[in-house]
Amino acid sequence: MADEALFLLLHNEMVAGVYKSAEQGEVENGRCITKLENMGFRVGQGLIERFTKDTARFKDELDIMKFICKDFWTTVFKKQIDNLRTNHQGIYVLQDNKFRLLTQMSAGKQYLEHASKYLAFTCGLIRGGLSNLGIKSIVTAEVSSMPACKFQVMIQKL
Amino acid sequence: MSRQANRGTESKKMSSELFTLTYGALVTQLCKDYENDEDVNKQLDKMGYNIGVRLIEDFLARSNVGRCHDFRETADVIAKVAFKMYLGITPSITNWSPAGDEFSLILENNPLVDFVELPDNHSSLIYSNLLCGVLRGALEMVQMAVEAKFVQDTLKGDGVTEIRMRFIRRIEDNLPAGEE
Repeated sequence: MADEALFLLLHNEMVAGVYKSAEQGEVENGRCITKLENMGFRVGQGLIERFTKDTARFKDELDIMKFICKDFWTTVFKKQIDNLRTNHQGIYVLQDNKFRLLTQMSAGKQYLEHASKYLAFTCGLIRGGLSNLGIKSIVTAEVSSMPACKFQVMIQKL
Repeated sequence: MSRQANRGTESKKMSSELFTLTYGALVTQLCKDYENDEDVNKQLDKMGYNIGVRLIEDFLARSNVGRCHDFRETADVIAKVAFKMYLGITPSITNWSPAGDEFSLILENNPLVDFVELPDNHSSLIYSNLLCGVLRGALEMVQMAVEAKFVQDTLKGDGVTEIRMRFIRRIEDNLPAGEE
């Protein structure tokens, strides 16, 4: 029954920690994003495994995506994804109008350049979750006005 | 629709797994980044400290706990209110020193180590060291300098997890350096 505040602070520290160690070692931004993404991936894998333990088998890809948007998102971020769109060819866009990890930052455009740091972990979370449900994907995030953001999931056909 | 059926009750439980797993991922990453366990311990303590100095605000705002009159009361609040609120456990308080400035928090089960086994080559890693940092940081913000350290850990084969807390001094002057 860990409290949410604790997770938010821990996440902040992770982002700060990864970027601080990069400052000393002259590592570029991309490496930090990858690091955070990989941590998220591992957590996503673990979470989805525990969470789908007693659920019925999924019908198809869309069914899985709906599960991610509703149940998965609710347990992790205490709300559902606001909008799910797909082109029915393996691209899904998940829109969250008030993304939990961005709400503590100033709304609007002031810190827009820093937003990607705070989304990398979640991108990994989604990718890890999908991966353990048998879907290989690439997940990217995009912010145009905080605290809203979009996650784009590109399914990799095997 | 069996999938919808068992929602709700599970969600509280899940959030603790989210925290536990995320913490695990962090420690794993730190072990990769730093060469020796001592550096990882230090880093965890530092991160915990940063969390603690912020967490205390959240704690005071939501817990309605007033000023503590002595260290025994502080110990009670930490164990019965703070640990309960953030980790869902209530450690017991024992082993008071005669002077009343040291005590132990005994954690029967530590949620941070739910899925953890320490590999042999990390024998000096203090896995949950973040907690010590949190305690130190939070108490510093209420003018108490303390030392917190693990003396027993279930991960290392002990029966319980024990955090030893030592009161160092009351911080009188709360002005940040350079702002006199």
